[in-house]
Amino acid sequence: MHAIGGLIYMTNLKAVFDQQKVFMPFIVADDPDVETTVKSIVTLAENGADVVELGLPFSDPVADGPVIQAADLRAFKAGVKTATVFEIVEQVRTQTAVPIVLLTYVNLVYKYGYDAFCQRCQQLDISGLVIPDLPLEENAELKAIATKHHVALVPLIAPTSGKRITKIAAQATGFIYVVSAMGVTGQREQFSKQLATTIAQIRAVTTVPVAIGFGIHSPQQAHELGQLADGIIIGSAIVKLMAAQPVDLQAQLANYAQSIKQALS
Amino acid sequence: MSERLTTAQTTDDRYYGQFGGQFIPETLMTELQAVAKAYHRYRQDPDFLHDLHTLLHDYANRPSLLYYAERMTKDLGGAKIYLKREDLNHTGAHKINNVIGQALIAKRMGKTRLIAETGAGQHGVATATIAALFGMDCEVYMGKLDTDRQRLNVYRMELLGAKVHPVTTGSMVLKDAVNAALQAWTQRVDDTFYVMGSAVGPYPFPQMVHDFQSVISRESKAQLQAVEHHLPDMVVACVGGGSNAIGSFAQYIDDPSVQLIGCEAAGKGVNTGQTAATIEKGTPGIFHGMKSLFLQNDDGQIDQVYSISAGLDYPGVGPEHAQLAALKRATYVGITDEEAVQAFEYIAKTEGIIAAIESCHALAYVMKVAPTMRPDQTIICTLSGRGDKDVAAIARYRGTDLHD
Ligand SMILES: Cc1ncc(COP(=O)(O)O)c(C=O)c1O
Repeated sequence: MHAIGGLIYMTNLKAVFDQQKVFMPFIVADDPDVETTVKSIVTLAENGADVVELGLPFSDPVADGPVIQAADLRAFKAGVKTATVFEIVEQVRTQTAVPIVLLTYVNLVYKYGYDAFCQRCQQLDISGLVIPDLPLEENAELKAIATKHHVALVPLIAPTSGKRITKIAAQATGFIYVVSAMGVTGQREQFSKQLATTIAQIRAVTTVPVAIGFGIHSPQQAHELGQLADGIIIGSAIVKLMAAQPVDLQAQLANYAQSIKQALS
Repeated sequence: MSERLTTAQTTDDRYYGQFGGQFIPETLMTELQAVAKAYHRYRQDPDFLHDLHTLLHDYANRPSLLYYAERMTKDLGGAKIYLKREDLNHTGAHKINNVIGQALIAKRMGKTRLIAETGAGQHGVATATIAALFGMDCEVYMGKLDTDRQRLNVYRMELLGAKVHPVTTGSMVLKDAVNAALQAWTQRVDDTFYVMGSAVGPYPFPQMVHDFQSVISRESKAQLQAVEHHLPDMVVACVGGGSNAIGSFAQYIDDPSVQLIGCEAAGKGVNTGQTAATIEKGTPGIFHGMKSLFLQNDDGQIDQVYSISAGLDYPGVGPEHAQLAALKRATYVGITDEEAVQAFEYIAKTEGIIAAIESCHALAYVMKVAPTMRPDQTIICTLSGRGDKDVAAIARYRGTDLHD
């Protein structure tokens, strides 16, 4: 919850997904510095991003491919800390109320303290947490605390989830992150053929929105996957833009975001 | 196989007290549960146990000797020292015990491909060996730094038909090799079994590795009984992830008179920052699929650790050891590079044994503690591996540039 212009505002993720096909870009906090991250979030929000997913780098990101790992390294070079990500959101909140979810690994949340971390999220209106190494079987403790602070613990569903899909979906809050392909993050041309079936299985047990991520980069793909799901997540393609550090980065981000948003509408 | 784990005190099989669990991406959960199911089924299956025991006996050269180190005992002048000679196993280390077990499970699950991480290369060599024996494909992930300091083992694995991937991310050592192997598993689970090399990772690996390595203490207990007619007073083993140590401790955990000592790599010293002494210096965290103790900073970023020994150069430790330490059932001590190298040289000259630098961390502690004990007391020290692989590195440490 946070105050904008005197109003108490708290994001309801479901409502965001109800209003439109959601475009959710991902960038890494402090890549290559705090100022760029803040600017980029604002640019993305002003050019079609409905939710921004912000990555808090971990030293050993086992779910991430080379592009995001390289971004993590740039952030570490800049001296990123857990506190940095909150500082970034704090600065962002003076400019936009765009819904934000954090992606990080469980150890960073564990070390900060589950309660302290979720409380900070709540203060900054961070509406969800995506934690790739916290599967259903291990999430009870954090989930209870997150729920208390109105932060959604977003579950992931993989092409291999099989019988687990129903169980995971039934307990989901916020939205469900459907991993479109096996392996780690990174651009792909091929997606799991069972995506449609997976999503049907999810829909059978819950109205919690579904977003697809991992490997999406072109507007064409965004359009196609947008037909299947309630939203799409684009990570590596945007992080690659950031990596190139062009002088007109903000203009390029704006163009890219617009092209994806258009393809989704 | 061994009995139920006595340290698993919760009703949740996946935990040892607060440590353990399955903190792993969803992509791997279905497969991990399949592995757990297969493991629980086969650990009681007479056919499986028959195959396991046959291979351990006929192929791996078990039982390994329990050797009375008489010269060392006399020289140190205290407790009687017995060495559990895992270095005499086929492939030269305890790692083969676990690999045979896991590979037999993989085979029964219909897998045709084994992947593994390796530090010193001993686990990689053992996995490549069994893959060759079973006619399976094998790929091994090894930190680039370790491929340099353990070149002999890289060549060995290649000779056995395995593909070795030098890992160039992070600090390029064991931790990074585990990351890479986990990533590779995420990409391909259908035909692939991840043979975990130590008592670490998500459940069921720590339990499985405990089981397959307990053969060490099942044998040593009977062997010592036969000659001394009593339990040892102390069991000493080195601890990287903790597989040879848990195997060495397993049968004594319920015998409170037996002191259990795990020797961690202190590197340049426990307080120098260039260390891998996880239990002494680590704090609770969640990494590599498990809640355990880790060397990490205040934010929870995992430290880059250091030891002269590629096999002990790991920022975490198996969850059962974290629990044994919490319960004070086992004691963990740090041994520096210099102490380990001195033990390496000492045992070569005193007993005519070239022991792995990992194992020399355990020996170094024995050298300190034996003189403080009485001659009617006994120590069993696990010699987890042989030291041929380390000769060139020790020569370099002593200033001789020897190329292997
Ligand atoms: C000979 C030897 N001993 C000990 C270790 C450490 O592993 P663990 O603690 O799992 O026994 C290794 C690991 O590579 C090894 O090769």
